[in-house]
Amino acid sequence: MPIDPRHVKVLKADDIIREHADTQAWWKRLYLPAVVMGLGVTLGNMIRNLLKPGGLPTIRYPEERRDYGHRFRGRHYLKKRPSGEPRCVACMMCATACPADCIYIVAGEHPDPAIEKYPVRFDIDGLRCIMCGYCVDACPEDAIAMTREYEWASYEREDFIWDKEYLLNWRDEKIVEDGYQPYEGEIDKSRMSRGTL
Amino acid sequence: MDWTGVGISLLKAFLVFFGVVNTVPVLVWAERRGSAFIQHRLGPNRVNIGGFTLLGLVQPLADVVKFVWKEDYVPAHANRAFYVLAPVLLLVPAAMTFAVIPFADDIVVAGRQITMQVADLNIGILYVFALASLSVYGIVLAGWASNNKYSLLGGIRSSAQMISYELALGLSVVGILMIYGSVQLDDIVHGQGEHLFGFLPKWGVVTQPLAFILFLAAVFAESNRLPFDLPEAENELVVGYHTEYSAMKFAIFFMAEYMAMVTGAMLIVTLFFGGWQIPWVESAELQAAVGAIPAALLQLGSFSAKLLFFLWLFIWVRWTLPRFRYDQLMRLGWKMILPLALANVFVTGLVLYFT
Repeated sequence: MPIDPRHVKVLKADDIIREHADTQAWWKRLYLPAVVMGLGVTLGNMIRNLLKPGGLPTIRYPEERRDYGHRFRGRHYLKKRPSGEPRCVACMMCATACPADCIYIVAGEHPDPAIEKYPVRFDIDGLRCIMCGYCVDACPEDAIAMTREYEWASYEREDFIWDKEYLLNWRDEKIVEDGYQPYEGEIDKSRMSRGTL
Repeated sequence: MDWTGVGISLLKAFLVFFGVVNTVPVLVWAERRGSAFIQHRLGPNRVNIGGFTLLGLVQPLADVVKFVWKEDYVPAHANRAFYVLAPVLLLVPAAMTFAVIPFADDIVVAGRQITMQVADLNIGILYVFALASLSVYGIVLAGWASNNKYSLLGGIRSSAQMISYELALGLSVVGILMIYGSVQLDDIVHGQGEHLFGFLPKWGVVTQPLAFILFLAAVFAESNRLPFDLPEAENELVVGYHTEYSAMKFAIFFMAEYMAMVTGAMLIVTLFFGGWQIPWVESAELQAAVGAIPAALLQLGSFSAKLLFFLWLFIWVRWTLPRFRYDQLMRLGWKMILPLALANVFVTGLVLYFT
């Protein structure tokens, strides 16, 4: 797009000298007008904030929480079968997909021939986990999912190794909402073969 | 020996020192919460005693406990004697300056005249300047003894800055001394009780407006507050001269800075805003109307109100203005403030000569 010459301001040497001299005027070098204007700005901000403390962007954390999205990727949990056993079949898909290599599974043979395998051990190292959710995506059995839990500070490093029992049952002790799930809503098995899901 | 007089003097010294020292945590609180609200934050509001946070005023208490229990560390290769001496050298002049500030008019109780200042020295303002110039030794020594290049740079900067601005500080007051004809702060405050043209209080700021602005700038520079806090300059020198100090030694530097602030504000009030004078109220009439002690308390209230405003100004300015560059600082001090202060003295002299 050509530049309209009417919008171009041609600076002559005299203009530059005058503009420079303007910033160097003695009363500007005293800084006083600018100082007074600045003081007005800060006082205005302070009064506005004092009158309306609720307008501050601060989230008063323990009493207020940030409203994270419903697909927030917080601490994992293992889903149960109606019998109370884990739905996990120890296929190692999640452990393979995990970029942080934080899932450790020991597979065992299940007495029910329809199930074949079950995890004897299923440990997640919470300090290595990067909360990417790939394990949830990888799981063919919809057995692992994430919650919106993000407050798991502890004094001991051992507390961050979540074993099978803990992953199955920790939601009994603390009520947290579901976070990242493999599917939204019910699974429509009929669509799976067409590769649209 | 006049034991009652000694007792009264000791009581006055104690009360003034107690008051000023306790102003420091309140100032720290005002600084932190004030700055927070200026910057759209909340500031410290969680520390509580039994659920009472007192708007965050419990925080300074927690800070004190922390300072007392922190490790008192002396860095390797530091000059131990000077390292320990420096905070003391900074605090003592800051704590001694209040002695000559008058807080109220003299009162007569039970036939005894009591001056409402710790020491009515006949050298007055000169005593204040003499002590203020001593505080630079504390800063330079702290910078030197720490064996740290940032501390040393901070100390050197502060010496250059304080020497430059002391000149402006002294010269800007000369006009005031000429008008009120005394270096005694009590006389200066009494002189400001009169009125110009029948209605305008004869305060220093009315008779010497230019001197007030110059003095204000010089006081900011002398107390190392922003926009002149080059000795500290967090983003260049860590925190300058007190980088290597921890625990109570650091707290003493902190206290000295805030006490210097209080001194500066008290001087501004005393020299330019009528000290304890209540505008349009004659001190003698007030004492006759409500009695000596209530009158003194009212005047103390007037002084405190003015003082609090200027303390707030210190905080307010800190969170408004950026730091000066070093050459800008020197240019402002030597090329703007000093000639203007000299011109002010000259013009004041001319006016006084021809009237």
